[in-house]
Amino acid sequence: MKPPTLLPSLPPAPGPAKDPAPSAPADFASLRRRLEEERGRGRWRSLEELAAAPEFEAALPPEFAEGADSPAPIDRREAFRMLGVSFALAGLTACTRQPEEKIVPYVRTPEDVVPGGTPLFFATSMTVGGYATGLLVESHQGRPTKAEGNALHPASLGAADVFGQASLYGLYDPDRSQTLTYLEEIRPWPAFLGAMRTAVEAQKPSRGAGLRILTETVTSPTLAAQIQALLAGLPEAKWVQWEPLSRDAVRHGARLAFGEPVDVVPNLSRAAVILSLGSDFLGHAPGHLRMARDFAARRRELASIEGSKGGGVRLYVVETAPTITGANADHRLAVRPSEVERLARSLMAALGGTGGGSPSTGNAFLSAVASDLAAHRGSSLILVGDEQPPAVHALGHAINAALGNFAQTVTAIDPVEARPADQLAELRTLVEEMEAGRVDTLLILGGNPVYDAPADFRFAERLAKVRLRVHLSLYADETSTLCQWHVPRAHFLESWSDARAFDGTASIVQPLIAPLYDGRTEHEVLGALTDRPERSSYEVVRDFWRTRLGPDFEGAWRRALHDGLVADTAFPARNVPRPEAPPAAEEARAGGETGLEALFRGDPNLYDGRFANNGWLHELPRPITKLSWDNAALFSIATAGRLGLKKEDVVRIAFRGASIRAAVWIEPGVPDETVLLHLGNGRRKSGRFGTGLGFDAYPLRFSDALWSAPGVEVRKEGDTWPLACTQLHQNMVGRDLARAADVEEFRRDPDFAHRDELEKEPSAADSLYRPYPSDTYAWGLSIDLNACIGCNACVLACQAENNIPVVGKDQVRRGREMHWLRVDHYYGGNPENPEHFFQPVPCMHCEDAPCELVCPVGATVHSAEGLNDMIYNRCVGTRYCSNNCPYKVRRFNFYHYSLQFRAPSMKMLPNPDVTVRWRGVMEKCTYCVQRIQGAKIAADIENRRVRDGEITTACAQTCPTQAIVFGDLADADSRLSRRRREPRSYALLSELGTRPRTSYLAGLRNPSPKLPRPVRAGWSELEPEKETGQR
Amino acid sequence: MTAPAASVPAEEARLYGIVAEFETPGGLVAAARRVREEGYRRVDAFSPFPIHELTEALGIRSTRLPWIVFVGGVLGAATALFMMWFSATIHYPINVGGRPLASWPAFIPITFELTVLFASLAAVFGMLALNGLPMPYHPIFNAPRFAMASRDRFFICVEAKDAMFDRERTARLLDSLGASIVSEVEG
Amino acid sequence: MTDSSRELPRTSSPGDPDRDIIGPGYTFASITDKISQITLSRRTPRFWFVGFALAFLLTMVLFGAIGWLFLKGIGIWGVNIPIGWGFAIVNFVWWIGIGHAGTLISAILLLLHQEWRTSINRFAEAMTLFAVACAGLFPLLHLGRPWLAYYLLPYPNTMALWPQWRSPLVWDVFAVSTYGTVSLLFWYVGLIPDLATLRDRARRKGFQIVYGMLAMGWRGSARHWHRYETAYLLLAGLATPLVISVHTVVSFDFTIGIVPGWHSTIFPPYFVAGAIYSGFAMVLTLAIPLRAVYGLEDFITIRHLQNMAKILLATGLIVAYGYLMETFIGWYSGNPFDWYMVKNRLLGPYGPTYWLLIACNLLSPQALWWKRVRSSPWRLFLIALLVNTGMWLERFVIVVTSLHRDFLPSSWGMYVPTIWDWATFIGTLGLFAALFFLFIRFLPMISIFEMRTLIPEADVETPAETRSRREATP
Repeated sequence: MKPPTLLPSLPPAPGPAKDPAPSAPADFASLRRRLEEERGRGRWRSLEELAAAPEFEAALPPEFAEGADSPAPIDRREAFRMLGVSFALAGLTACTRQPEEKIVPYVRTPEDVVPGGTPLFFATSMTVGGYATGLLVESHQGRPTKAEGNALHPASLGAADVFGQASLYGLYDPDRSQTLTYLEEIRPWPAFLGAMRTAVEAQKPSRGAGLRILTETVTSPTLAAQIQALLAGLPEAKWVQWEPLSRDAVRHGARLAFGEPVDVVPNLSRAAVILSLGSDFLGHAPGHLRMARDFAARRRELASIEGSKGGGVRLYVVETAPTITGANADHRLAVRPSEVERLARSLMAALGGTGGGSPSTGNAFLSAVASDLAAHRGSSLILVGDEQPPAVHALGHAINAALGNFAQTVTAIDPVEARPADQLAELRTLVEEMEAGRVDTLLILGGNPVYDAPADFRFAERLAKVRLRVHLSLYADETSTLCQWHVPRAHFLESWSDARAFDGTASIVQPLIAPLYDGRTEHEVLGALTDRPERSSYEVVRDFWRTRLGPDFEGAWRRALHDGLVADTAFPARNVPRPEAPPAAEEARAGGETGLEALFRGDPNLYDGRFANNGWLHELPRPITKLSWDNAALFSIATAGRLGLKKEDVVRIAFRGASIRAAVWIEPGVPDETVLLHLGNGRRKSGRFGTGLGFDAYPLRFSDALWSAPGVEVRKEGDTWPLACTQLHQNMVGRDLARAADVEEFRRDPDFAHRDELEKEPSAADSLYRPYPSDTYAWGLSIDLNACIGCNACVLACQAENNIPVVGKDQVRRGREMHWLRVDHYYGGNPENPEHFFQPVPCMHCEDAPCELVCPVGATVHSAEGLNDMIYNRCVGTRYCSNNCPYKVRRFNFYHYSLQFRAPSMKMLPNPDVTVRWRGVMEKCTYCVQRIQGAKIAADIENRRVRDGEITTACAQTCPTQAIVFGDLADADSRLSRRRREPRSYALLSELGTRPRTSYLAGLRNPSPKLPRPVRAGWSELEPEKETGQR
Repeated sequence: MTAPAASVPAEEARLYGIVAEFETPGGLVAAARRVREEGYRRVDAFSPFPIHELTEALGIRSTRLPWIVFVGGVLGAATALFMMWFSATIHYPINVGGRPLASWPAFIPITFELTVLFASLAAVFGMLALNGLPMPYHPIFNAPRFAMASRDRFFICVEAKDAMFDRERTARLLDSLGASIVSEVEG
Repeated sequence: MTDSSRELPRTSSPGDPDRDIIGPGYTFASITDKISQITLSRRTPRFWFVGFALAFLLTMVLFGAIGWLFLKGIGIWGVNIPIGWGFAIVNFVWWIGIGHAGTLISAILLLLHQEWRTSINRFAEAMTLFAVACAGLFPLLHLGRPWLAYYLLPYPNTMALWPQWRSPLVWDVFAVSTYGTVSLLFWYVGLIPDLATLRDRARRKGFQIVYGMLAMGWRGSARHWHRYETAYLLLAGLATPLVISVHTVVSFDFTIGIVPGWHSTIFPPYFVAGAIYSGFAMVLTLAIPLRAVYGLEDFITIRHLQNMAKILLATGLIVAYGYLMETFIGWYSGNPFDWYMVKNRLLGPYGPTYWLLIACNLLSPQALWWKRVRSSPWRLFLIALLVNTGMWLERFVIVVTSLHRDFLPSSWGMYVPTIWDWATFIGTLGLFAALFFLFIRFLPMISIFEMRTLIPEADVETPAETRSRREATP
């Protein structure tokens, strides 16, 4: 797809994004005007424009080609419409003379843009749950194609998580709502402005008594200021915030402990002993990327000199739901939710604090933790999960204080949220007022309360009692359908805004592209209520900071845009009163036998459901279950056995009269007598992916049992629901694949990774063939299993960088997922509370590659630099190479999957530096050869060799823990070569003599000497379990 | 009994030879021997299946076919080996799985196959060429009842071109050998 | 035929079913007429129409499946990432194997002077051709981009690209195409004299012309016969190593791979044995009904069936040895991957297919130790069918169970054939049958001129009485 031809249907966002000069806004506006009038015209001038017609959108085939499950089955009419459209297009393409496609040149070429040349990078920020993470987004001629972490941003440090990586797919998602509607009818923006004016005027007399604004958690200073200003005018109006994955407990806990809302920021770089009470600080928590980085850094010390000098870190995890944090623990204790508080209290007691807990010496785990913590005063750290009750948070603070960790491993700062509040209570009042008919106008800015508000709030039916309902959202979702006004929201990559990171750093959200559709930001919608509705969000944000960036505003502003953050806005540490452990509430201690207990957690991929239509996130295998496309009700082996449940059985889970259907998956590590449900699936109204996939657990979620529902009933429905799991066997069957050892073991025998005789790598002398001489680079990759936390970011980074298609549930079930890089996950130890091993597997780029030998047409051959190259246009698709690949890293286009990139908006997604593969072609990891070539060209221009670290593969770049290192083996002191020399370095299946270029560093565990060392062995017990009903 | 001898001398020129039909292979072989003993050389026999005795009876020289086949085989082997060696080392040398460019063991199967292929083609087409087939028309087909030669009858033909050929004597000779029918065939 | 070939026992009336290779009382004329009238007679038997119609229907199914395949892509099949090869390759190997009997019978048995081959070699060769044709389809169909199949051939191109000679698939291309060509030549050369016969016996003008052209003016000249037989012998000599090589090369497709269950040195011999095994099974499957419906019991006698049954038994035992060794070495090698593969093959999710294969290929032929079984056509027919099934299963086990669990448990998977897999397979059965029906209708299914040589009268030297004495002592 040649970028220029895109321009008519899509003007780039050069002005403000690239050129923050004062004249920018005017230019920006003019661009947008041009865009508008172009859309206004009736004739189409290009296939793109024709394609943009709504009826075509409707008739679009499902995102990905064949086999993709289209949630709405195609009926006859649909089929005919499709036929019609396809014929029409066929006719067009069949013309001997292609219809002309006019190209609109830049009116004023933005600076730095080299058409067809090197891409530009712009800093922006993405917020999830209100907290900002810095991104650096790659843009080709005004077309964002790839998101990376922003190295300058404290919450990113150059890494991006799966949400950040997948944000581009969200941007180009063809199912995003595209038009402003009133009662399903398309309306122009001015009509909306008018409606809002009248609404506000109507509120004036009652001083806004009937006006409510419902937002997600807001950390954006600008937005907060806007709302405050509005409320100042209408004092009776109310602003309510609601996040389904609420952090109320955190705020409560802080109030309990310190008497005022305080955010406590952990600093893992100083922590030697970490106890997580249900906190998934490696997966989803404000600043989790930062914490992962620090954690990995401490872990690395285990393998180095510091390690022997008592450096390194030991992680204890007490958790209810299996998370990657628990998977990376040195000791993990799976407990039922009700037991966490008791544990915390007895720990408090064991540490000599007060808190009404009994030291409960019986518990070996607890005593080990206690003594370890006691031994590391000031260098220990207690982290408490959002899902834990306030008391546990308070206890956590108390223990941290008791251990003197404040100002060491934890810092108290002012709350990052613009208005910390008890969101649940506020929402409750709101619905009560709605019930009472006291709410006249409700502005819902983002969020999807109809779908995700607690069941007992009966939000949907109460919403109907509101006279004027406005909803701003990316998709026409469950809430939109119940609101008269639906305003399509501008994606954050199309928006001007700001937000704060976990440490308070103010981060700028700057657009990479003009809104693809008629999208609006919260700022603009709020502006509609003020008397200056014409102000663009750019102006709003700029104006807010104008007064706050010191004398040289333009300079500072330009800098802020460049860095993606406003310098030195991180909140300073503040003094807090010494927290006391809260008195034990009655029911807490009573938390004993409650029968089967349901756990609610955010989905690792879909979060609270906001990403429910993101194909990349849907297909991404969840870190531990390796389930893609659906969520499932997760049971422990024992519980499933007791209930006589098999995988894919459908059960009905009932709680307080509400009930849902869900498919069963058996997941070791889930505490017995609990069922784990991930929220955010089973959307009733989303897009082609979101709708109808998975199971919606929100109906079981009550305001007084947000995170766990004690006493649910589980009944077998009789039928089954197919689940798509990408890894049926999470058991090494005794093969030494993902190698790991305890620190002591490692100290005793640093060479442990090579102990097994079979593993002795055949030397070059053993080979009949003389190695090919290499006088140039020798690329290689090293993956540190000690650092890998299995977060999947690399998988999505690879997918985004290399134009890897989404194939759909059915194809995944058939074993045809296309991910070039997969993260294998294996269990060890005892099935009740297993050990976890993550192992990212890209192409090994073997020196003696089995795949190359058997290709009949030489479509995969070796480059002088040791790359195992795939020549797509030579490949005839015998699949012999894949059969002969011991690592099974090759992926095949069984259908014309890449058709999905022909959808009008998806056309802009692919990375122009990477081929889009055709049907019937084999593909695989290339070590991001396009990046290698780019760097080599740059180096050649300067007439030098490529420097170490100059090239990073997509996976390495985004890895939060820097587990992946790419480099040149020919350069003896490259980071890679140094890693290769470490004793822990080993090659996967080296005994086959493939001589892989990709190598691994064996993992290390740091168990407490006080606790029995976990056994590490492949299971056979699970085999039958893992076998059932797949593919 | 003799076939009616042609009376018009002009016809002599168009005479191909004299054909005798026999009931049994034995008869044919015996006849062939006698005819050859008499000194006839341009003699051929026709039978519904191969009769090896005829080879020496008619003094048929052993064929050159095996040599042709041999050459074909050698040619095939050479072609294959050269093609693979040239393409893998000179024309398109590239590192495949770290194997040597000239991986001769991998070249063996194709070399073998092409040897057999070329040799077989040589055998078949050599045979056809030497036999002068395809030949849609041949005078012998004019012989009465010659269609039986592909069923259950055995024929011997002395060609008019033979030095010793004489319409009367040759016909009488064949007749005396117990042929069921002796007839002249026009060329 | 060579001289010595005529030294073999031949009977006159009364017939001895165990030694007869041709019924009593036949003359050159009667043989010729009996065989040629099958093709020349004006009225076609009803069963032929029924059979051909059915076969044609299935052929259409095949074309339908192929059309859909080309339209949608290889994804309509059950193949996936651990199991990159499914039915396509299974069927390919199966058909190629079947294609071995024909050339084997006509070449090897010819060199070994097994005269009884005479009455079965013609249609065995035809069977070979059609089987190879069916087999040849699959390597093309299973490509992701079949329209680029010519990339496998060494042809001059501007990109200066060549096939990758180290790949067994390229060897396959040469082996199979050579095998197809040589078999065709062999078959056609054998047909020439019979075509001449048909030319001379045909009453209808059209037939006369067509057969006449095909016969190329063959006139049975002694000189021609001489060269003809030399050529035929040479071809036989060439075809013999060829027939061995083909399935050896096919087995390389697996042995060159490093997949546990493929990477085994025993494959070539045991593949060749398996090929002959399945080939003879197929010959029996065809011969037994044929002799019944066309009343050819005098040409394809009990002795033929018995001999083939013996070969079936012999090759079956070799194959059994192959299975045994595979399993034994899996354990003996001490290679954990191989040993797991063996256990998985026997007890894994595909275990049943393995045991079924054992039942078909190992147990069922043991019945052939008994002469009663060997000399009862319908029993033989049943066993032949079982063996055909068994050999197909063997290929399935080799291809699928080896691939579905190789080195990394993380990428293990399962293979479930789709309706299109089945349609394609059944379709080729139809194609095969259709071609065969056409063959028996329009060409002599038994070599007429060679049958003539089996008649006592064909003997020139030895007088009748001495001959009858020799028969007493075979």
